[in-house]
Amino acid sequence: MALKIVKGSIDRMFDKNLQDLVRGIRNHKEDEAKYISTCIDEIKQELKQDNIAVKANAVCKLTYLQMLGYDVSWAAFNIVEVMSSSKFTYKRIGYLAASQCFHESTDVIMLTTNQIRKDLSSPNQYDTGVALTGLSCFVTPDLARDLANDIMTLMSHTKPYIRKKAVLIMYKVFLKYPESLRPAFPRLKEKLEDPDPGVQSAAVNVICELARRNPKNYLSLAPLFFKLMTSSTNNWVLIKIIKLFGALTPLEPRLGKKLIEPLTNLIHSTSAMSLLYECVNTVYIDVNTPPLPSLSLSLCLYLSLPPQLCVQKLRILIEDSDQNLKYLGLLAMSKILKTHPKSVQSHKDLILQCLDDKDESIRLRALDLLYGMVSKKNLMEIVKKLMLHVDKAEGTTYRDELLTKIIDICSQSNYQYITNFEWYISILVELTRLEGTRHGHLIASQMLDVAIRVKAIRGFAVAQMATLLDNAHLLTGNMQRMGICEVLYAAAWICGEFSEHLENPMQTLEAMLRPKVATLPGHIQAVYVQNAAKLFATVLKSQEGNTDSTAAQETSQLMIDRLPLFVQSANLEVQERASCILQLVKYIQKLQQKDVEVAEEVSALFAGELNPVAPKAQKKVPVPEGLDLDSWINEPPSESESEDEQPKAIFAKEEPKHSRPRREEVDEKELAKRREARKQEQANNPFYIKASPSSQKVYQEAPGVEHIPVVQIDLSVPLKVPGLPMSDQYVKLEEERRQKERAEKKKKEKKKRKEKRSGRGKKHDSGPESEEDITPAHQVDIVTEEMPENALPSDDDDKDPNDPHKILILHIVKTFVYDIQGNLQDGSQVVVSVIFENKCDSFLKSMEFNVLDSLNSKLQRPEGSGPHDGLTVPFQLPPGVSNEARFVFTVQSIIMPQKLKGTLTFIVKDSSTHEKLDFKLHFTCTSYLITTPCYSDAFAKLLESGDLKCSSVRLEGVNMPFHHLLARICFHHHFSVVERIDSCASMYSRSIQGHHVCLLVKTVSIDAKCDEPTLLGNVLDEIKQTFSQC
Amino acid sequence: MIKFMLMVNRQGQTRLSRYYTPVELSRRAVLEADVVRCCLTRKKDQCSFVEYKDFKLIYRQYAALYIVVGVTDSENELSVYELVHNFVEVLDKYFSRVVSLDIMFNLDRVHIILDEMIQNGHIVETNKSRVLAPLTALDKMADS
Repeated sequence: MALKIVKGSIDRMFDKNLQDLVRGIRNHKEDEAKYISTCIDEIKQELKQDNIAVKANAVCKLTYLQMLGYDVSWAAFNIVEVMSSSKFTYKRIGYLAASQCFHESTDVIMLTTNQIRKDLSSPNQYDTGVALTGLSCFVTPDLARDLANDIMTLMSHTKPYIRKKAVLIMYKVFLKYPESLRPAFPRLKEKLEDPDPGVQSAAVNVICELARRNPKNYLSLAPLFFKLMTSSTNNWVLIKIIKLFGALTPLEPRLGKKLIEPLTNLIHSTSAMSLLYECVNTVYIDVNTPPLPSLSLSLCLYLSLPPQLCVQKLRILIEDSDQNLKYLGLLAMSKILKTHPKSVQSHKDLILQCLDDKDESIRLRALDLLYGMVSKKNLMEIVKKLMLHVDKAEGTTYRDELLTKIIDICSQSNYQYITNFEWYISILVELTRLEGTRHGHLIASQMLDVAIRVKAIRGFAVAQMATLLDNAHLLTGNMQRMGICEVLYAAAWICGEFSEHLENPMQTLEAMLRPKVATLPGHIQAVYVQNAAKLFATVLKSQEGNTDSTAAQETSQLMIDRLPLFVQSANLEVQERASCILQLVKYIQKLQQKDVEVAEEVSALFAGELNPVAPKAQKKVPVPEGLDLDSWINEPPSESESEDEQPKAIFAKEEPKHSRPRREEVDEKELAKRREARKQEQANNPFYIKASPSSQKVYQEAPGVEHIPVVQIDLSVPLKVPGLPMSDQYVKLEEERRQKERAEKKKKEKKKRKEKRSGRGKKHDSGPESEEDITPAHQVDIVTEEMPENALPSDDDDKDPNDPHKILILHIVKTFVYDIQGNLQDGSQVVVSVIFENKCDSFLKSMEFNVLDSLNSKLQRPEGSGPHDGLTVPFQLPPGVSNEARFVFTVQSIIMPQKLKGTLTFIVKDSSTHEKLDFKLHFTCTSYLITTPCYSDAFAKLLESGDLKCSSVRLEGVNMPFHHLLARICFHHHFSVVERIDSCASMYSRSIQGHHVCLLVKTVSIDAKCDEPTLLGNVLDEIKQTFSQC
Repeated sequence: MIKFMLMVNRQGQTRLSRYYTPVELSRRAVLEADVVRCCLTRKKDQCSFVEYKDFKLIYRQYAALYIVVGVTDSENELSVYELVHNFVEVLDKYFSRVVSLDIMFNLDRVHIILDEMIQNGHIVETNKSRVLAPLTALDKMADS
């Protein structure tokens, strides 16, 4: 036996230890893989021995190899063996290896439970410590469940070293085994007041993490944290506490007020930049963009702590020579910009300076900031500066970034800040001279957008585009510039479409038919061919006007000569268009030879002006008369035949306009039942597209496309600038123009002032030029389009382009559907059906719907949940799928309309991040009305009873057929027609609380009676609103 | 919270790695290479913070050795930046003038130091002597 031990230790002397392994790897740089594989073989031999020292050494080496990326999972059992060694030196090697190599699916972990429990209760504090540290890396739900109690006991250990580790690991245990949170919480709270600062700090860390997930549960700890914040001197702890308050303040307004003083003190006194940064960052950013829509709450904090203070502090950071501080300062500044743009804008000089910084990440941050800082006044100046940078920039990535930023800045909020579009077009043209940019497409789309939407600029744009086409060889010269040739797409289209503005259409036509064009990408060639035809029409027209028939024939000949090149194109689109146009031109030539005038007819091919169309314009197209989108094309098969026949028969006899109210009169109960069944069926079918009354409302109210407003433009600058313009010229021109305007304005002001002086002698501000003073030289055709009344602000196109959740657009259509039976029994219940549609590419789960209750309206929550708890939406949403959920609200008074704010939180499966979406629910008074049939004699009795108050409203500017008017009131406001005589009808509806609402509708006015005047007033307002929107 | 801590040399070889959120072994190599490339390509006059995918990288260079820490978005960059320096100071104290070879040859000890300072991705201890206490106890044990 003794011999064996001696032999073992002699063997060991020849074993490699970690140092030898590292040295060996360094000495075998040539054949590292081979060397390591021999080492692994040796390690396998060593692990087979009984000697624990040898094993520990082997495991130690494995840990190193694992770090280098070698799979050592095969040694998992040996690691457990070393972990269970009684000697601390070996044990820690085992735990280290385990913490590096084990993960949740390592199956030997279940063997370790008892060993770990033994180590946790070891008298040696380092045994316990090493077990806790290891456990924090590989704890599984099973381990967490089995050991939660042991760890909880350790939280009250006599040694602070153990306590702090135990507290920290509890966080991991909570994550893996959430049931442990409740029993452990009191003890965790105790640890906040632990005499040892290390333990305190650990507890703060854990609670801070927990509170970020669910802040409202930790509000009660606020006083404790407040005490810690004023007493602690550990900056790392203070940072965490401030983060925690950042999460809590939105939930508790009073907290904000209390925090002002200590926070201001910290901001002023601390020398630690990290702490200062945290104060500024958390307080102004997290609090002002709170997780809940409680803007008014955060306002308290904002009002009493001026943002200037923190912006000034940030300025100090940005001015610092330390690049890190500069970067963070800009980062925080860009967050403040979202809430307090004004206070950041005054530091424009500083931001512009940062554009010259040598660090690219700082320049990019500064660029981000510029986006929010532009105004009408400084746009040209800022863009001019950026253009200089574009010229200087050496890396293409940064230059491309500059390019997109220039376009972003100029085009933001519908070109709001552009006062001179000629300047913008010249900027775009200048950008096309960039070599090797990828963003040709972006420039092209901007050119198209501006040329289409700004009518006044078309002449100028066309001239510019013609020059571009003429110089196309510069853009297509070498292959590296292929990205930029996309602009030729825009140029060709603009020249063709607005060819009437061309000065020399013949020259442009020739430029478009050059043989070199055939080297362009197919989709651009196709546009060339098509627009060459448009140009051809224009040229013919001018030439025939001159009674110069030979010139016209020459033009046709040019087309016939050049087009065959495109007919041979490999691109189908080009080929098809070219051969079509070629035949057309040949035919035209024939006619020309017979001296027939063709120009008129040829231009008729391309007649009609193109107007900009808003993305939502489709909704404005009215539903054709007689089309009832609600009626079934084919009755659902589940209904029985005989029942279907009844309403159908009535349909045939009656005018279609009566169909709706009559149908309901026929068999209200049966219909309700059927509707319910249908809804059930639809609710269970995720692929069913729900017909939402709200969207139909928009169809009917909206006028035709021709009503999309097109703003007329007033020109105050000369349009012609010869040659390729330099954008700088415009800057000058613009300045002159502004100066002139200012001078005029001053004159006027002087006059005014004189008048005023003679009047009241009040002071008049004639300070520096303000934002409003600058009148635009051109205006964009801002295609204003009203939002559908019931559409939520979360509609995708209303999203901020900077919104990080841009890809994650959740489109919610809200509809109010009333459960009629429920309402009759309980007049205070309203059911809100919400359709959730997942418009992003990821799976959404754990959706929680929550509404901020008002005194009057409350979301019904299951028993036992608090008044602020959200309701779980009972389904998950795969991408592209929509589903409906219903929420019951209790409403006390229904006589006033109201709006409720709410949030929807959800988890995106891929990134497993929590996201939220704010929305508003609009409860109109109409939504409390239920379509109730009423017979004419009952109606007459009701009117005679004298209980009803009278009111009336005039419908002005409504010119639609009377039956449409009635149908609209029925549909949107839940009325039913009682009787109709010519252009006069009586209508009736009932509220969920039993108020009678009677209407006498004539073509121009509505007289109404109701037993509740406030309700009536509101309903009438809403009706008036419905008609004013058309 | 801290997601991982890496020590790499100028050639991009990993000298120490510690993950506080599980990452598969196969993905670690890719991640490390990518992260290291991100930091090594940056010039000295550039700031030490990099936005990388959905988290942030904070790095510091000590001679030929880079220390890179990956943190979640909510973490304060400057505090981690300070922590890295604190960690190096502790190493300096223990090894008395630490060089990168010390870290290679004493990987397990460096791990012990790191574990005393960061646990679960949170900062536990920043006091130098308290961080080193377990390690000195261990060394005494080994000597006796």
